[in-house]
Amino acid sequence: HAHFCSEDKITVHFINRDGDKLTAKGKPGDSLLDVVVDNNLDIDGFGACEGTLACSTCHLIFEDHIFEKLDAITDEEMDMLDLAYGLTETSRLGCQICLKKSMNDMTVRVPETVADARQSVDMSKNS
Amino acid sequence: MQICGISQPPALYFPQLQTNVAGLLWPFCPHPDCDFPLPQHHGGALVDIYEKLPVPFGLVRFGVAPDHPEVKNVTNTFTQTVRSERCAYYGNVTVGRDVTVPELQQAYHAVVLSYGAEDNRVLGIPGENLPGVYTARAFVGWYNGLPENRDLKPDLSCETALILGHGNVALDIARILLSPLQLLRKTDITDSSLAALACSKVKRVWLVGRRGPLQVAFTIKELREMINLPGARPVLDPADFTGLESAVKDAPRPRKRLTELMIKTALEKPVEVQAAAAGAAAPREWGLKFQRSPQEVLPSADGRRARGVRLALTCLEGSGDSAKAIPTGAVEELECGLVLSSIGYRSLPLDPAVPFDSQRGVIPNSSGRVQGVPGLYCSGWVKRGPTGVIITTMNDSFDTAQSVLEDLQGGVLDISPCREGFRLVESILRSRGVRPVSFSDWEKIDAAEVARGKAAGKPREKIVDPEEMLQIIGH
Repeated sequence: HAHFCSEDKITVHFINRDGDKLTAKGKPGDSLLDVVVDNNLDIDGFGACEGTLACSTCHLIFEDHIFEKLDAITDEEMDMLDLAYGLTETSRLGCQICLKKSMNDMTVRVPETVADARQSVDMSKNS
Repeated sequence: MQICGISQPPALYFPQLQTNVAGLLWPFCPHPDCDFPLPQHHGGALVDIYEKLPVPFGLVRFGVAPDHPEVKNVTNTFTQTVRSERCAYYGNVTVGRDVTVPELQQAYHAVVLSYGAEDNRVLGIPGENLPGVYTARAFVGWYNGLPENRDLKPDLSCETALILGHGNVALDIARILLSPLQLLRKTDITDSSLAALACSKVKRVWLVGRRGPLQVAFTIKELREMINLPGARPVLDPADFTGLESAVKDAPRPRKRLTELMIKTALEKPVEVQAAAAGAAAPREWGLKFQRSPQEVLPSADGRRARGVRLALTCLEGSGDSAKAIPTGAVEELECGLVLSSIGYRSLPLDPAVPFDSQRGVIPNSSGRVQGVPGLYCSGWVKRGPTGVIITTMNDSFDTAQSVLEDLQGGVLDISPCREGFRLVESILRSRGVRPVSFSDWEKIDAAEVARGKAAGKPREKIVDPEEMLQIIGH
């Protein structure tokens, strides 16, 4: 039976909305949604539709060099990604991105929500 | 900083009151493991949720189309939240009648109103009350098993249906009217609606909007689904799309892709629809009509039902989302026996103690804080207006939750007086003869629905009679 030693695992760092770094591991082929769920990462509202391309709550922002090497986006994913808040040039839906060895140690960012945008405005007022 | 968590944790109240057209944002209340930047409040708040119907989930149960089961997966997140020991659900409680908002404010440190938009905008034209004319809200409620719409009995004996509106709800209705039965049979659409649709003569559906293709409110996934619907062909007039390709060249990607899909569909040669493969007696069709504003629903010769709609042709003033439709004076008549008005939902005032802006149809608020009423908040459609998908409303809930937590932290919300929470509400309800339904009660109803559906190969057979629901749980 399969035996996973640490070399098989891929490390991913998630920068949460509050700036916290959450580090987790997954197996090749796991989606980023799997990684969040399996590791019980505390990201509010992530993956509401459970990976069925019926929402955009698993929206993540990737580093340029990782983004360029991702598998091409399908129409179905883009249809839902287009509804995401805070879309960037390197945004994808986490449920559609599967781990590869080359992603080891990559950092993904959880995009801000309306509430976060408000927070940062409030904070800048105090500075 | 001391929190009132020591003797009596602050009890937050999130009433999820309405059914059908409310409910989306339901318990996006501060997640028990919330990561708001107020660590001292971790584990401090108790949240009670009140709902008018015995069953929870609001629009996710009664608004989302039966053939969109993936969208309903979010109920698993809701369920997880409610199962927390700091969260409780009380169904079958009508706030404003069984318990008032001022009474809730006595019982809780903070009260959040997220009861959505149960009513609909009115056409305001002659003939709109003729038999054969229905609101989208009622029609959707009917096929989704909303108790108050179970006896709608829509007349599906005509060939042509006209849906007024260019949003996702309009597309949902068109799709349900034209879907092959073998697809609908496996969904959680109610048995009686399925039987009615099996006898339906409707084979042509027009979606009519006052403005142009650049102002459509539906989203691309739903449009694509309609275009690919087995047994039905799209009818789009290329003339409606002249010059639009260049108009959207620099538009934001969502609008651009949506418009390009419509243009592509309009220019494609009609494909021979495999009627037999789709199981339909004859090929069905659907189309989009633009720049037409309904003036009157025309009666049949005996005056007893709708037979068509007179439409005013419009031209557009301005562009983009703010474009206005101005009547040109020209009119046309469209023959149809079924008219569905899908022009938007509308919230209703709940309680005299709660301010309400009837013009905009929302509770006046600032970031979810109800104007002039400390300790009262609102979120979702009753706060922002009735548009948006799950993520919109979810983000909005987080915004309101943020306001509540800010007020807790900043001392604006005074949590020093002890509040009794449900203990107080329970005695009020008992004195009024109201018996709330718990979440585990709901789980019994849920199990019954799933069991009944299994026999028919459906995810569930919804129980549409509230009395029957109460019987199942022994109330």
